[in-house]
Amino acid sequence: MRDVIIVGAGPGGSSVAKELALRGYDVALYEKRQEIGAPKRCGEGLSSSSIERLNLKIPRHCIRENIKGAIVYAPNGKSVEISFDRVVGHILERKMFDKWMAEEAARAGAFVRAKTYIKELLFENGKVCGVRGTFEGEEFEERARVVVGADGVESKIGKMAGLKIRSNPQLMDSGYQYEMANVDLEHRGYLELYFGNSIAPRGYVWIFPKGKDVANVGIGIAGDHDRPAKSYLDDWITTKPGIRKGSILEVNAGGIPVGGFLKNMVTDNFLLVGDAAHQVNPIHGGGIAESITAGRIAASVIDEALQKGDTSARTLDKYNKVWWKERGEKLRKIEKLREVVEEMDDETLNFLASELSGRDLMEFTRGNRLGKLAKILMKKPGLVLLARKLL
Amino acid sequence: MGGSWKIDRERCLRCGACVSVCPADALELTEQGIFWIKERCTFCGICAKMCPAGAIEVKR
Ligand SMILES: Cc1cc2nc3c(=O)[nH]c(=O)nc-3n(C[C@H](O)[C@H](O)[C@H](O)COP(=O)(O)OP(=O)(O)OC[C@H]3O[C@@H](n4cnc5c(N)ncnc54)[C@H](O)[C@@H]3O)c2cc1C
Ligand code: SF4
Ligand code: SF4
Repeated sequence: MRDVIIVGAGPGGSSVAKELALRGYDVALYEKRQEIGAPKRCGEGLSSSSIERLNLKIPRHCIRENIKGAIVYAPNGKSVEISFDRVVGHILERKMFDKWMAEEAARAGAFVRAKTYIKELLFENGKVCGVRGTFEGEEFEERARVVVGADGVESKIGKMAGLKIRSNPQLMDSGYQYEMANVDLEHRGYLELYFGNSIAPRGYVWIFPKGKDVANVGIGIAGDHDRPAKSYLDDWITTKPGIRKGSILEVNAGGIPVGGFLKNMVTDNFLLVGDAAHQVNPIHGGGIAESITAGRIAASVIDEALQKGDTSARTLDKYNKVWWKERGEKLRKIEKLREVVEEMDDETLNFLASELSGRDLMEFTRGNRLGKLAKILMKKPGLVLLARKLL
Repeated sequence: MGGSWKIDRERCLRCGACVSVCPADALELTEQGIFWIKERCTFCGICAKMCPAGAIEVKR
């Protein structure tokens, strides 16, 4: 019998595993892939403020580029620049980063194993008591006091445990990306974001630089669209000779949860972390920092529960409370902003690009200064209703 | 309910996006790729619209 079994070795699962192993618990972390971190489902951007807040000591080999700002393009081509005189973020090498996080968990004493697929939860008297999985074709069962679902966007575990997770394409963006080499980057060290309903309906195209001529070139669009994300991205790339000439090193795809946060993420002896619980910033789709934050909160709640010898839903409910207070309320605000941005036509996006500064845009992505956005929208009679939604 | 559900395994990137939106819990992503549970499928087509790679085709 283990203390804790964690399903999924993304940044969320590895954080839970490391924190609990450091506190001396018997922890297992299982990952179905044969290689932790690969293939990536990520643009690999992580802000310096998140790194500082989480006190992450990321090794050099996991970092590909320092970011000093971003350039946001409106549908009419007008751009807004967000620029800093210091490094404000990094583009990671995600497969290295995820592996490093799993290494840290292993170093702390957790038992980590790849190529281990968890098929089912085990129940006793209706309560979760372990997992059933396969490793190298052999089936195994293992019991634990607490099971953590950190199994990403394709999560099955949460539903098996009986949690109400809304599966619906309005809450999930469809993402497609090429990692490309030998591309012409006009602004080294800057993210480039392109908006427009014909370019990327209810989403945007991004260029995240990984060096002087390597970049993640990707797109995220609403999950219920007429054409696949790939086809929108391919079309956009044909209009950019400097990108079109590049070579493709990797093809990535994924679903990006952009809302639908769960009021309840726990049942008896069980809780859910990361993408599996839709813990992603709804406006920029960043989920690395969110999953680590939630993983840490989860670990300290589980620690308390194990010490008390009571891992019932009532005790684990503290995870809901702390997460909603520290992250959920903010993310819910950002989700509203997203709902408003989704309704904007190209004309409105162009108008905003002429009214807003780079700083404003950055603050919006953090859920700040939304009153200012509402005020600007109020200037146009046709946008008053939209503005009201923000307030 | 009837229909057809097809996946082009050459196009599929095993990203799991389709699994995340299937309302009938009819899809699963294993190390061998996407696994479709016919008995559960309602042929709603949501997975096909979601798929970033355009790898799924559903007909009612
Ligand atoms: C196209 C795209 C671009 C993105 N860009 C960014 C970005 O630039 N910055 C950012 O911060 N975030 C970005 N994200 C989001 C980010 O990648 C995720 O939010 C993050 O990986 C979530 O971490 P996690 O630990 O919750 O889940 P994951 O990293 O998905 O890890 C879950 C793990 O669980 C494993 N697993 C699943 N089921 C089982 C099972 N049954 N048994 C065993 N193992 C299992 C999976 O194989 C996986 O390794 C992007 C996402 C996409 C799709
Ligand atoms: S969404 Fe498409 S590419 Fe992704 S796993 Fe499903 S079928 Fe494959
Ligand atoms: S057609 Fe609908 S029910 Fe069938 S697998 Fe796709 S999403 Fe699920």
